[in-house]
Amino acid sequence: MKFGVVVFPGSNCDYDTFHALQNVMEQETVFLWHKDSDLQQVDCVVLPGGFSYGDYLRSGAIARFSPIMAEIKKFASAGGLVLGICNGFQILLEAGLLPGAMLTNKNLKFLCQHVYIKIENNKTAFSRAGRKSQVLSIPIAHFDGNYYAPPELLAQLEERKQIVFRYCDGNGRLTEEANVNGSLHHIAGLINEQGNVLGLMPHPERASEKIVGSDDGQVIFQSIIDYWEKKAGGRKKKAGKTVRPVVSPLPPLVGSL
Amino acid sequence: MKVRILVSLKPSVLDPQGQAVKNALHTLGYQTVKDVRQGKVFEIELDNTVRQTVDKLIPEIADKVLANPIIEKFTWEIIEG
Repeated sequence: MKFGVVVFPGSNCDYDTFHALQNVMEQETVFLWHKDSDLQQVDCVVLPGGFSYGDYLRSGAIARFSPIMAEIKKFASAGGLVLGICNGFQILLEAGLLPGAMLTNKNLKFLCQHVYIKIENNKTAFSRAGRKSQVLSIPIAHFDGNYYAPPELLAQLEERKQIVFRYCDGNGRLTEEANVNGSLHHIAGLINEQGNVLGLMPHPERASEKIVGSDDGQVIFQSIIDYWEKKAGGRKKKAGKTVRPVVSPLPPLVGSL
Repeated sequence: MKVRILVSLKPSVLDPQGQAVKNALHTLGYQTVKDVRQGKVFEIELDNTVRQTVDKLIPEIADKVLANPIIEKFTWEIIEG
């Protein structure tokens, strides 16, 4: 399977994501420059975390006008898999690929900590490797992660099981304290109606190896790989198997910002 | 010509920044302050050729870029020209 990690000016989790996919999950991975309009025939596009365009105007608001986003919209409407992590989630919301919006965290603080999230729906391409109600320990790092949607939309999201991850405590309980950023219905991750675009605030790439404290994030990446391999009829292509660099290779310098 | 656009959160959306400012004002003794809503101001200078279409242009720009219609609303006025 081939992953593409998009690089915007201000992305700062692009390398972590690249490392997790290429070196840990052992999948072919390429960087996709925001000014390009070639998705390099990837099977899944990942919008990484960071502060694209300095979070000016609103988080993710400027990135959605990048040339690559027009291609990603086409890719998504054709059923292509798109994963948005943190700022990537915010970009997907601003681009209208996922419903709703982000507000500033309820306590007005930048939150950088490990949180627990619960798998609410394990029937998706992004959560199938997990069990229903399984609790994952994955870090968050954001200022605007307070998910908001009007009441009708929230009801629809619940009904259609589009809420894939919810903030919870270590025992899977939906307590007020566990919902650190104040998201409505404890929403930490959301999928579109078609089931091919998912956004989440926690960073699975920062929890993909035991050595960094948790490898629970692998559940999300493994789900995508399992889904794709099943869809591709058992076609398994693995990259990076022969060469496993400790440090990810640098992407080519593709152009100016 | 110049226009000023005010973008703020919809009344139905909680504004934690406005709340924090309100609380600070209360701490300072301004108990008459009942509520605070915080927003953004944009001042946009326009080519004079848009005079005829400004009524259409500004809401378009505001809806598409300056405000997120899910959580924000906007008002605008001509301040120059």
